Amino acid sequence: MSIAVRNISKSFGAYTALKNVSLDVKDGELLALLGPSGSGKTTLLRIIAGLDQPDANADSAVLFHGEDVAHRRVGERRVGFVFQHYALFKHMSVFENIAFGLRVRPKSERPSKHVIRDKVTELLRLIQLEALGNRYPWQLSGGQRQRVALARALAIEPKVLLLDEPFGALDAKVRQGLRAWLRRLHDKLHMTTILVTHDQEEALEVSERVVVMNQACIEQVGTPEEVFHNPSTEFVMEFLGCVNVFHGRVEGGKVHLGGTATALGGSTSSSSEKANLYVRPHELEIERRRNGSVSLPATVKRIHPAGSFAKVLLEDAEGRKIQVDLPFGQLEELALRVEETVFVIPKKFRTFGEEYSI
Amino acid sequence: MTTSVSQALRSPTQHALEDPFWVRSLLIFVSIAFLALLLVMPLAVVLFEALRNGIGAYLASFQDPAGWHAIKLTLIAAGLSLPLNLVFGIAAAWCITKFDFPGKSVLIAIIDLPFAVSPIVSGLLFVLIFGMHGWVGHWLTDHGVKVIFAIPGIVLATVFVTFPFVARELIPLMQEQGSEEELAALSLGANGFQTFLRVTLPNIKWALLYGVILSNARAMGEFGAVSVVSGHIRGKTNTLPLHIEILYNEYNVNATFAMASLLCLLGLVTLAVKTFLEWKVQEQLNRTLEYSPTHEPTTAEVKA
Repeated sequence: MSIAVRNISKSFGAYTALKNVSLDVKDGELLALLGPSGSGKTTLLRIIAGLDQPDANADSAVLFHGEDVAHRRVGERRVGFVFQHYALFKHMSVFENIAFGLRVRPKSERPSKHVIRDKVTELLRLIQLEALGNRYPWQLSGGQRQRVALARALAIEPKVLLLDEPFGALDAKVRQGLRAWLRRLHDKLHMTTILVTHDQEEALEVSERVVVMNQACIEQVGTPEEVFHNPSTEFVMEFLGCVNVFHGRVEGGKVHLGGTATALGGSTSSSSEKANLYVRPHELEIERRRNGSVSLPATVKRIHPAGSFAKVLLEDAEGRKIQVDLPFGQLEELALRVEETVFVIPKKFRTFGEEYSI
Repeated sequence: MTTSVSQALRSPTQHALEDPFWVRSLLIFVSIAFLALLLVMPLAVVLFEALRNGIGAYLASFQDPAGWHAIKLTLIAAGLSLPLNLVFGIAAAWCITKFDFPGKSVLIAIIDLPFAVSPIVSGLLFVLIFGMHGWVGHWLTDHGVKVIFAIPGIVLATVFVTFPFVARELIPLMQEQGSEEELAALSLGANGFQTFLRVTLPNIKWALLYGVILSNARAMGEFGAVSVVSGHIRGKTNTLPLHIEILYNEYNVNATFAMASLLCLLGLVTLAVKTFLEWKVQEQLNRTLEYSPTHEPTTAEVKA
């Protein structure tokens, strides 16, 4: 089912959680709402679910499959909502937790005991906890609890699955596993799913499209590739992964940085402008000598060789920190020493909003 | 120097917190002596005096119809105030812990009013409102309703002095538990009543019972407020505590202590039930804490 959000605002007293936000979610897609805490992502999710009401506004609307659901309460929207802290019913067994949504249906729609049992058994199999139906929530690990919460939400056969930081309270290893599992589950069920997260890696890895939010507004909507490689604002650039910022100047088709200049490929404006140059750590190279290209002298401060590439941390003359990600081959070739002065060369950089390659 | 170091190594840090033997003995002796003098001895005296003239005389004191009436009235007052307290307690705890509204802090403060005001004063308040010369007294008399010096007044006074118990017991627990489970139930299609019955109530049942037990004990034993509104009409508006006072004033020692022994028994039963419920409430609270998202079960729990 497709979801459309139109001109939604929400304030709590003097605090604005959402500022005139509009968004389209396609049928069957897995969409991530990504942003720092306080960016409004959870509020948006709760408004879609019907757990919160948006501020009254004539042209605001939440549409499910084109139909306005403003008048429908949370129970009538058929949404599967999964809470960050699971919100499992403590006094009920896993089985009863999952069966809850079926048991509370009005008598005329309530399935028979048999059907309920089969349905719950099927869901227990789906979450790979067949043997634990009689356990209580406090006897489960965090990852198991979150899977039970998901099964409980799926039991009502929702049209939309809304996940509020579902893996936020779990440790890194469990998160990895559940993330992959969620992705496989979505491939199987093809249910429209909205995932709220503050973890950019999670959003980029699991979702088909990412909505980056900041300060009650949407900054960018796009595929993981688009938002990572073509961020449309400084915020998105900085929020999605590490970035170095250099204070340079773009003038007459050349970029000036630290007293050096290089001609830019492609068309450029002739006007002179001061620019913040955004460069990802892997877009930087380290050389011992100036080779005519634009470069910045910097002192090696630390080398972290643990990881899939080596992280080299440097400081320029003004003490600003620079991070360079080097493949191990290059690190060995260079044989860098701490406190040595080298030259950092950007291969690619971006000013907002143009991208340049050198 | 060497000795002190080796001593420090031998004695764990908790030794620093341990008092000398004589201090510990003194503290234990003082507490026990206090308990014996002020609690155990009076209780024993009540039972001893009640049974002094033999079990036959003890039972005979219950044959007084006025005594029976007092017992009945006490049960009626407690029985009527119980459901009222239950409804009010749950409603107050619910709105305080689940919603935000203007005047919430005022409500929290007002709930404690009966604890802060002397029972005599609360009794007088009702006389001033419902009595013959009170605010609504005339109107009530004209319509044939008698509140003061009658059962309704006694129930009102009893409810007034006991209503904080249930709410006071529920508020901290419900605050600890939050309302996510209720939201989850609503999102799964449950209506408000189902949510309350299937999710909220099981989560608060022990604390609720605890509050009920405490308010019941107070309701049955209340003297001050009820004394003001009842008018002490023997066989009509006397509750058990009031009846005991009358018997005592009439130097009817045997009957006084026989009646008093009932209230003592109630106290002991309350104490036992209260201890059991305290343990249950703690268990429920621990479960809430254990269940907190950061908690991973121990291997023992997983195997259980």
